[in-house]
This record gives sequence, C-alpha cells and structure tokens, in this order.
Amino acid sequence: MKRFAACAGYMLLIYGFIFLPVIVLVLFSFQDGRFPVPPLKGLTLKWHAEVLADEDLRAALLHSLVVAVGSSLVALFFGFLAARALAHSTMRGAAAIRGALTAPLSVSYLVIGLGLLASFNIAGIGLSLWTVAIGHVVINLPLCFAICYAALGAGEIQAERAARDLGAPEWRVMALVTAPMIFPALLAAFLLSITFSWDEFLIAFLLSRFEVTLPVEIWSLLRSGLNPKTNAVGSLVFLVSALAFLAVELATKRRI
Amino acid sequence: MTARIDVENLTRRYGTANALAGVTLTVEAGEYCVLLGPSGCGKTTLLNILGGFADPSSGSLRIGGRDMVGVPAAQRPTTTVFQDYALFPHMTLRDNVGFGLRMRGQGRAERNRRAEEMLDLVGLTGAGGKRPSQLSGGQRQRVALARALAVEPDVLLLDEPLGALDLNLRRTMQEELKAIQRRVGATFVHVTHDQEEAMAIADRIVVMNKGLIEDEGPPERVYRRPKTRFAAAFLGEMNFVPAQVRTGRLDSPLGDLGPTEHAAGPVTLGIRPAHLRPGPEAQIPAHIIEVMFQGIHRRVRVEAAGLTLLAHLPLGQEAAPGDQVMLAVDAPEIVVLP
Repeated sequence: MKRFAACAGYMLLIYGFIFLPVIVLVLFSFQDGRFPVPPLKGLTLKWHAEVLADEDLRAALLHSLVVAVGSSLVALFFGFLAARALAHSTMRGAAAIRGALTAPLSVSYLVIGLGLLASFNIAGIGLSLWTVAIGHVVINLPLCFAICYAALGAGEIQAERAARDLGAPEWRVMALVTAPMIFPALLAAFLLSITFSWDEFLIAFLLSRFEVTLPVEIWSLLRSGLNPKTNAVGSLVFLVSALAFLAVELATKRRI
Repeated sequence: MTARIDVENLTRRYGTANALAGVTLTVEAGEYCVLLGPSGCGKTTLLNILGGFADPSSGSLRIGGRDMVGVPAAQRPTTTVFQDYALFPHMTLRDNVGFGLRMRGQGRAERNRRAEEMLDLVGLTGAGGKRPSQLSGGQRQRVALARALAVEPDVLLLDEPLGALDLNLRRTMQEELKAIQRRVGATFVHVTHDQEEAMAIADRIVVMNKGLIEDEGPPERVYRRPKTRFAAAFLGEMNFVPAQVRTGRLDSPLGDLGPTEHAAGPVTLGIRPAHLRPGPEAQIPAHIIEVMFQGIHRRVRVEAAGLTLLAHLPLGQEAAPGDQVMLAVDAPEIVVLP
C-alpha cells in the first residue's frame, strides 16, 4: 500500500510536470481580469470572444490552416511516392537514399529555416505563405516518408504485383491497391504533419512577411505583454493539435 | 482463350548464379503443364519470366506466337495465382474477382455478374460480399483462382498454389484445378515441388534441376521411363543398381535381368521399390534390415548382393528385421540409365 502510494505520487509529479503548463494556459484563458496570473478571479469567455473578433488573429488562423493542410498534402504525396519506390527497390544504394530522405528529421528547424531563407534570397523568391508552406513540406516530407515506408510490407508488394498482373497501370496500382491498403498510415502521416505545421514557429517566422501564421501572430501579440487573450488563442492552438493527435491515435488503432 | 508457349534457350543470371541455364520448352495450347523440381531449380524463375515479373538474360519467349520479352505483366495474356494468394484485403471478394475486368474498362454491373459467375465456378457461390479476412486458406486460394480466371487469360500461371493447404484439401483442390482447367480450356503452368501433385494433375511434367530441364513428357512416361537419374529419383523412390550390358543382356549383381537394346558397356539400372518384390519366380536372396508399414504395403530396406535396396512386401507377408526373403525384379519396368 505504501509502495502504491509512492508510485502514484511519483506518477502525479511526472504528469503534473508535463501537463501543468497546458492546464495553466487553458485555465487562465478564462481569467476574469487583465492578467493571466493567480489568483483566478472568476471565469469568463470574454477573451475567447475577443480572439474570434480579432481580424488579424482570424486571418492568421486561416493562414495556418491553409499552410498546414496544403503542405501536409504535398509532403504526404511525395513521401508516399518515395516510400513506394524504395520499398520495392533492390538496387544498390537504396539504403543510402533512404537515409538521405530521413536525415532531415535530425536537422534543427533553425538550420532549415535559415537555409531556406538564404536559398530563397539567392533565387529571388519573395517571402510569403508559399515559402512558409515550402518550409513545412521540407520538415514533414521525411516524416511522411518514414511512416509510409514502415507501413509497406510484403503483403502490399504482393498485392501490387497481383494488380499489375491483372492489367493495372502503375497509377491505378497505387490508387486502388497501395494507398487503400496503407490508408491508416497515410492518415496518421497526414494528421501528424498537420500538427507539426500548425504550431511550427521558427520556420514560419523566418520565411513569412506580411501574411503570417498563427504562432507568428501570437508571438507579435506577446511583445505587448501577457494577457488572457494570448492564453485564449494558445488554448485554441492546443485544442486543434490535441484533436489532430487524437485522430492519429484513432487512425492507427483501427489498424489492429 | 488458350495459347501455346514457346521457350527457347532461356537463361537468367542473378549475379554469378544461373537461375536458368538455357531452357527450351514447348507447352501446347490447352495443356496442363507442371514444372517440378527442388527449391532453387529455376522453376519459379521460369514462371516469373512467363508472367512478366522477371526478364530473361537471354533467349526467347513466345506466347501464342507473340514475342513476350520486354512486355510488361499488365499487357500479357497471362494471369497468376500467387503462392500467398495476394488478395486485395480492402476489397470484397466480388471486387477482388472483378478487378481485372475493371482494368479492362468493363462496367460495374457486367463485372459483378462475371465475378459471381467465377465465384460459382470455384465453389464460393454467394460469398461475393465477404472480405478475404473472413475466409479460410483454402477459400482464399479459390478466390485467387477465380480472380485470375475472370479475365479469361490464355495462360494461367500457378505458383505453388496448394503449398499452404493441408493434405486432404490439397488432394481435393488438385482434382478441382484439373476439372476447372478442362472447363476453361486455358493453358495452365503450375509450379510445385510435390511430385505426387505433379503426377496427379499434369498433362506434361517438366522436371527441373539446377536451371535445366532434366526430363519432360506425360507423367506416366516420365515416371516409368525417366531420361536421367535425377528425374528418376525425384519422381519417387528408386533403387540404383550398377550393371553391364553384355551381348544384349543386362548383367547385374542381382543376376541376369533380361534383354536390352542398350549398347554394350556399363549402365545404371533404376528399379522402383514396387518392382522389387516377392513372387513365384523370385530368386534373389535378400536380408531384411528395416520394415516400415505404409498402409498399402510394407516398405522394407534389404541387403542383397552387397547392395542396400528398397522393396515392397505385400501386407499378407509378415516381415521383421533379420528375416530372409526371396525377391524378384519386374524386368519390363527396369529403367536403363547411361
């Protein structure tokens, strides 16, 4: 019994450590007062209403959504193609190509962001939401590739062979056999990409100019000091991420 | 909807290994051909080349007179029943079977009708709405067969199709395969390492070893008059007895075994255990080493004239290790190998 209490206490500490920031953020977004700090003076939805009424925030939210969905779709498309090609390949050097594709996962966003910024400058491409989206494709493509690659097993390869044998051209093999067979993995890769793009700040900050995504907008809000409105918009970001993550869990569960 | 297959001097190299070392073979239209051999003999490589899943290193392949080298699998008049079935798990049986017709641009109603017809043919009437995961191994095998036959291929390729089934089911499926082949009339090429399966269903057996054809022909001919020692041994148990041909007769340690047309000189005789048996004319004394009961006879290992041989004793005859028996050889069934 004592042992159980110790374990439970330890567990509470760990979970508290992980979740307390989120709880504080969400809780004080309901603060009936000017500052998101204790004591909690009362609960109000005023700050949430203010977020939704803020044109800049609304625009930023829309930008984030467009960039997240768009860049995730592109990353998924190319990640899937690459995974499929390499899952089938017996050629020498396939392992090296695979390594080169997943290596960017270990490169910091700062390096990727600065590198892209320099590249766009050299190429004379102006910064916009497009460049942000390109940056997000760069960070999410390795992820999508890795998830798709892991999902492609002998069963998929055999079924593709059968489809080809029955007269299917390559694009129909992919669309009618491969993609449906690994659909849970595709969905998981897509949703994970969305969560990564959705709250990504560094690259979005470095590669955007007039139109910005939500994390960048929040950052500029913060410069004028903390207030419950930033908590409210933060809660919103968290809510979307949490929902997407939940969907990933459900998508991968269904497979078992 | 059937076609002849002409294979000429086909080779396939993997690195330095010769999976096929020069194979020449003709399979007549509508024939049930079985490629038989141990693993690594090249039979699956040959099947893959027929189906368009591997390219030959050299040689020619024609199906129905058309050159097939370099033609992708999707455009060949062949379909394949894969060893592990390779059904589409996310589709119903109806959609699985109708897939090939869908690729040929047939409408849904027509291909559903045809799919039900094919499921009927393989004994899965009314199961069109099920998914592969709801089926047993044998049923999946049937679906794979129906799917491959639905597009009316000229040539059906079967890659160890019965390998994963238990013995009884395998026997049943062999009969069905043969019956279905007769009904649809396509040329069947079936790969197996099970010689009983090969003999049971083949019109033509092709015995392969180390990338070459050892022997080919009707099962009875290949079994009773194999052309090589390998073919003789692979199709069933065989005693090999060294002998000499002298003045047109076979002179062996087992005595004079009758006339032969073989040229004079040393030869090897192949004698199946069933043709080494007791009988009124028996005059070879043998010493029993081991007795194995096999249901329809007793298979015994004996020593005779300094050779260790396998023989069959009828069930009525009691036998135990250490006993003496007199054996005779069915001379007409002796295979003379160079």
